[in-house]
Amino acid sequence: MKAERCVELTVLDLVPFGQTGSAPLFFALRLTCPNWPQWTPGQFVMVRPFSFGLEIPWARPLGICHVNSQHLICFFQVLGRGTQRLAGVRSGDKVLVWGPLGNGFAMEENTPTLLLAGGMGIAPFVGYVHRHPQPWNLNMLFGHRPPLDCYPVDSINERIPLDTLHETIPGDLDNLIFSLEERIRDNAEQNGLVLACGPLPFLRTVHGFALKYHARAQLSLENRMACGVGACLGCVTKVRKTNKTQAVQSTEYQQVCTRGPVFWANDLVL
Amino acid sequence: MDLHVTLRGKRQTLQLKNPVLTASGTFGYGAEFSAYGNLSSLGGFIVKGLSLLPRQGNATPRVVETCAGMLNAVGLQNDGVEHFLNKTLPRLPWQHTAVIANIYAASAEEFASLAARLDADERLSALEVNISCPNVKEGGVLFGQDPRLAAEVTSAVCESAPHKHIIVKLSPNVTDIAAMALAVEAAGADSISCINTLQGMSIDYVTRRPRLANVIGGLSGPAIKPVALRCVWQVACAVKIPVIGIGGISCCEDILEFIIAGASAIEIGTANFMDPRAAFTMVQDLPKLCARLGITSLDELRGSLKLD
Ligand SMILES: Cc1cc2nc3c(=O)[nH]c(=O)nc-3n(C[C@H](O)[C@H](O)[C@H](O)COP(=O)(O)OP(=O)(O)OC[C@H]3O[C@@H](n4cnc5c(N)ncnc54)[C@H](O)[C@@H]3O)c2cc1C
Ligand SMILES: Cc1cc2nc3c(=O)[nH]c(=O)nc-3n(C[C@H](O)[C@H](O)[C@H](O)COP(=O)(O)O)c2cc1C
Ligand code: FES
Repeated sequence: MKAERCVELTVLDLVPFGQTGSAPLFFALRLTCPNWPQWTPGQFVMVRPFSFGLEIPWARPLGICHVNSQHLICFFQVLGRGTQRLAGVRSGDKVLVWGPLGNGFAMEENTPTLLLAGGMGIAPFVGYVHRHPQPWNLNMLFGHRPPLDCYPVDSINERIPLDTLHETIPGDLDNLIFSLEERIRDNAEQNGLVLACGPLPFLRTVHGFALKYHARAQLSLENRMACGVGACLGCVTKVRKTNKTQAVQSTEYQQVCTRGPVFWANDLVL
Repeated sequence: MDLHVTLRGKRQTLQLKNPVLTASGTFGYGAEFSAYGNLSSLGGFIVKGLSLLPRQGNATPRVVETCAGMLNAVGLQNDGVEHFLNKTLPRLPWQHTAVIANIYAASAEEFASLAARLDADERLSALEVNISCPNVKEGGVLFGQDPRLAAEVTSAVCESAPHKHIIVKLSPNVTDIAAMALAVEAAGADSISCINTLQGMSIDYVTRRPRLANVIGGLSGPAIKPVALRCVWQVACAVKIPVIGIGGISCCEDILEFIIAGASAIEIGTANFMDPRAAFTMVQDLPKLCARLGITSLDELRGSLKLD
């Protein structure tokens, strides 16, 4: 069968995560298998339930967590009208999915690798820790505000030790920043690899420390996207131009969907 | 059913294998969609707006989703005409379908140089002149709001590109779109495409900030279809040259409505984002829909709006 990049998949189930009080806001979405030849953790899919109709034009980008011969799994958090509508799908509903899109995270078997996740930024690391051939080289720090059981941490914990920092009072943020700095500095001293995914303020902090300690770091950006295929130029981010001959450093806008979402920290202007 | 379309201009004729084109800025340079369908099956595609020199585009956020539509203020980010001709165009299937360049400039003189640069290139079937971009500071929509300036740009482009079919793309952000259409027709345009985006804005009530860095942007998508239909109808009634309909088209039924209003061909824009297969699917579905409705020729359908 020829692998198709855009397919209509069927919802197998939608499983709520965590006890956040009234209506659940965190979900695992399980869809029928898309029949891709391959994918890399850090890549994403554009997901558009048929229930978006004409009212919600854009699909929503979601990280790929797990794919096997039976299903594709994504995790998502309800934020606005798109994810709200997505949280209303039922088993049997149709969803348009295109992907796998973008470039995934670097994977270096023997390199000490630090995974840094903020909130739903944990999603791509579920696949990453399962794919990594030498998980003992991985360690992970996860900062979050809603309770831990809202996130897919169990399947990560099976493979690697996961350090979590629950942010409940303002002082916790200082703790998180302190830990990020310490971990990034240690990793840089071992000439390791740092991979980060999370909200922009979180990534900015990681970016700052990565540059400060000359860590080899990759960041996965979550810019808003309309097309996911590099066509609309809506998702762009500022990137340093690699032009050795020029004395003055210049920048250009690059599409996060096709040139990222994973970028080397050195290249980014955040 | 024969879907072939002939756009007979005053100077040059443009042949299309079917009426389905993709709209500038919503289809990249075509290659972005090659994984989702056969580019050669399209009537043609109109590439992202080109300028003489590279443009960085506007600050971010540049796009925001709205109800049944979206706003964009991309600001014509592109690598410039030389990069397009040398690096991008060779990789496009111009032998098999119409590749149309959409051009933007800040003055009539600059429009002329750009058109002259593209005129000799046999790989391009036509030029679409964007006198209607709401997202750039210089020129942009200004050319599209003043019939005198619009005519000036049109004749400059027509003179500089005598071998190309010239499509002039009109803005809906005017009081009388028929007057604009008549002005560019008189100035030599071979055909008219309409509409470009409608000016709009979006506000975040929590932060009290505009959702676009550029504050205002262009509205597109299903929400603008009624405006687009009205414009196409008014323009088609006013001019003799062919009209290409654009605005909110998301299925074959929409295409028929535009043809009935007077369009000879149509462009698919925001629908490409809703489903990357959209344009390809419409090419396949159009003859089936026509067969179901007993429509045997697009010529018979065009401008067939019944008014009594
Ligand atoms: C490559 C990639 C992978 C992603 N993976 C996941 C994932 O695995 N799981 C997951 O839950 N989410 C993921 N996201 C984020 C997810 O796509 C968004 O949360 C979702 O699109 C929000 O849609 P919505 O309609 O619910 O919210 P909207 O109504 O679009 O927005 C809700 C609120 O968030 C703000 N907002 C929206 N987009 C952005 C943005 N980019 N930056 C800052 N503020 C914004 C809006 O202004 C609004 O206040 C990913 C994003 C990208 C780009
Ligand atoms: C992201 C985006 C970028 C666009 N860029 C251009 C452009 O470069 N030149 C142009 O003439 N029109 C541009 N347009 C306008 C479209 O070509 C089209 O006229 C408009 O979107 C209306 O059609 P639609 O409702 O089908 O999208 C752009 C539209 C969008 C959404
Ligand atoms: S989302 Fe359209 S270019 Fe990236």
